[in-house]
Amino acid sequence: MNKILKKERLSKDVYRMVLEAPALARARRAGQFVIVMSDESSERIPLTIADADEAAGTLTIIIQAVGASTRDLAAKAEGESLAHVLGPLGRPTRIEKREGPVVCVCGGIGAAPMYPIVQAVKAADNRAIVILGARNAELLILEEEFRALADELIVVTDDGGRGRKALVTEPLKELCESKDVPAEVIAIGPPAMMKFCAATTKPYGLPTLASLNTIMVDGTGMCGGCRVTVGGEVKFVCVDGPEFDGHAVDWDSMLRRLGSYKEEEAHKCKLAAAFATGKESER
Amino acid sequence: MSIGRKSPEVLRAEAARIRRELSSKGSLSPKDRRGIPQQDMPSQTPEIRRSNMSEVALGYSEDQAIVEATRCLGCASRPCVAGCPVGIDIPGFLAAAAAGSFDEAFAIVRKSSALPAVCGRVCPQEKQCMAQCTIGKAEKDPMKSVAIGRVERFLADRDRAAEGKRAGSAPARSPARPSSAAKKIAIVGSGPSGLTAAADLARMGLSVTVFEAFHRPGGVALYGIPEFRLPKAIVDEEVRGLEALGVGIVCDFLVGRTRTVRELMEEDGYAAVYVASGAGLPKFMGIPGEDLIGVFSANEYLTRSNLMKAYDREGAATPLYRAKRVTVFGGGNVAMDAARTALRVGAEEVRVVYRRTEAEMPARREELEHAKEEGVAFDFLSNPTSIFGDEKGRVRAVECLRYELGEPDASGRARPVAIPGSEREIEVEACIVALGNDSNPLVPGTTPEIATTSRGNIVADERGATSMPGVYAGGDIVQGAATVILAMGDGRRAARAIGEYLAAKP
Repeated sequence: MNKILKKERLSKDVYRMVLEAPALARARRAGQFVIVMSDESSERIPLTIADADEAAGTLTIIIQAVGASTRDLAAKAEGESLAHVLGPLGRPTRIEKREGPVVCVCGGIGAAPMYPIVQAVKAADNRAIVILGARNAELLILEEEFRALADELIVVTDDGGRGRKALVTEPLKELCESKDVPAEVIAIGPPAMMKFCAATTKPYGLPTLASLNTIMVDGTGMCGGCRVTVGGEVKFVCVDGPEFDGHAVDWDSMLRRLGSYKEEEAHKCKLAAAFATGKESER
Repeated sequence: MSIGRKSPEVLRAEAARIRRELSSKGSLSPKDRRGIPQQDMPSQTPEIRRSNMSEVALGYSEDQAIVEATRCLGCASRPCVAGCPVGIDIPGFLAAAAAGSFDEAFAIVRKSSALPAVCGRVCPQEKQCMAQCTIGKAEKDPMKSVAIGRVERFLADRDRAAEGKRAGSAPARSPARPSSAAKKIAIVGSGPSGLTAAADLARMGLSVTVFEAFHRPGGVALYGIPEFRLPKAIVDEEVRGLEALGVGIVCDFLVGRTRTVRELMEEDGYAAVYVASGAGLPKFMGIPGEDLIGVFSANEYLTRSNLMKAYDREGAATPLYRAKRVTVFGGGNVAMDAARTALRVGAEEVRVVYRRTEAEMPARREELEHAKEEGVAFDFLSNPTSIFGDEKGRVRAVECLRYELGEPDASGRARPVAIPGSEREIEVEACIVALGNDSNPLVPGTTPEIATTSRGNIVADERGATSMPGVYAGGDIVQGAATVILAMGDGRRAARAIGEYLAAKP
């Protein structure tokens, strides 16, 4: 189980893995996620589901190797197995037939979980407009996949290296102001990007969902590490989310809590660097 | 019941001497028995243990176990048995242990308890069997009763050690295999309640599968109770014992998400399900500052340290928040575990803030005593009102209000009443909230047929039956925050009820 059937590099530090996971492939719905441990002693990390094939019994995950745990995971080779994969976790995205277009805004790696959501949006007979953004062309993923799937695809990069030179909020604002008013906006990406997407749609009163990726340990409603404040109430991303009304999320509190282990991570990185260079005396 | 202040060597030597004196006496009168001093538990000294994760209590020697068991008067009315949630034949096993027939004594324990090594360590005996013991009643202190749990632990540890030696030569127990025609039972959760039910159902010849959401089985015994109180090797051993009975254990499987209860029954062929999914969402206080960096539920703090081994800062992949000054809110066992863990991972000052007094604390006495010895400070009649952060959003201080005891409340305990204007600020870098849990919504939320209370706990009758035919429930998901042994009692009763339910079904 959890064998890596296929692994490919999508961009610098971004990898796609197809896992053998029949139970998950059958149970998962758009919007849900998994918790992965690459080895027995690894950290439990929440990862979004990028795709699944029930007939083949496979689940696709996309990993951005940015910290120690995601780097360990990304270092696994085709044919190897991940020690543990738990899921699907969280509530599926609620998707219904809408009168107007559904605008799906993806920032960076956020394109991965958006892919099954756009599939579901289309399956419910909606018009899907995808805004795909990244810092630069190198970090853009799934462009071809979205082009094949969406009714309209708007590509933007911060540096203009590909598509429009803009932040995702610029085309989003234009759509809000157009005659073709979005019926719903779904934003997935870095927390700051989702925060600004929500701020962009707020004056227009457009329903805006954001999918939160917080600190998490069990992912099953036990530890409370994933708590966020939504509309003044404490909510748990693992069982109440991961999607919440972007206009009600206390983004500043969430952004702050994401930095909880910065010092511990810095400590670990220093340690790893000391080992890597053989300078153990620096510990 | 005091904790050994004398060294383990001295305690053992004293017990050996007492044992010799007793055996030279021949038959013992009740008065003789009452004259035997209670055997202290040999323990790591507080100075040493507060900086390691190893078990605090080291366990009785053979002489100590015999001497302690000899204190039992063998009352005809057997009050202690009624105090035990799983009804262990306590006078029976103590008499066998007093005679040195340890295998026989352990077999008696085993008949009623699926997890004796765990119970001997974590049961609140002073509120259960020891609360009923005639000796404790005569002394007007349940802590002076026969130390039943310590003898139970001795027997379980002795058996495990012997099992280990046997395993070295030849397999002692070949896995039992239920017949292919056996009915399939699904158990949700591998904590004490689920494992107890699994053992009983497997002994009935049923085909039992336990589904665990975490990557390792054991439930709260693994993620919640720290190594220094319950070594994880013991939990692993108990689980292996179940596997030897033919019980299947499936980890990384979240019932309610990976499969629903109805799918298990209708599509996967399970004839009955026992839901023992355990503690739910941690309760927070709803005070300002609870979302600051450095505020944790005890569940999260302990899971990181215990299950993910984050206490090992250099070796573990999972981080644990480090703080010099830590405050824990709450007065139960979980609060004690969190406070003592914080000390062990390097906190210099750990304070427990509890809104009632020491007498009302729900924690096991021994844990409270251990915590005090290790240097945990206690602020009784005090409750936090606000947590303050620094410019980076990290906890800097907590403001607490003083309380006094007023009229008894619904629970019969004196209600704490705030003293206006008594606020004071304590400088801390981390806060751990140990005020219990709400219910876990996953199984009820995906199985509307199962009725719940207004608080989201599953409604089950005294046999564990829920409103959905064939589905039983017990432990924390039914009782709210219960103890290991109460959860085990539920598992035992539900197993019996499931057996009867299946027998009645064509």
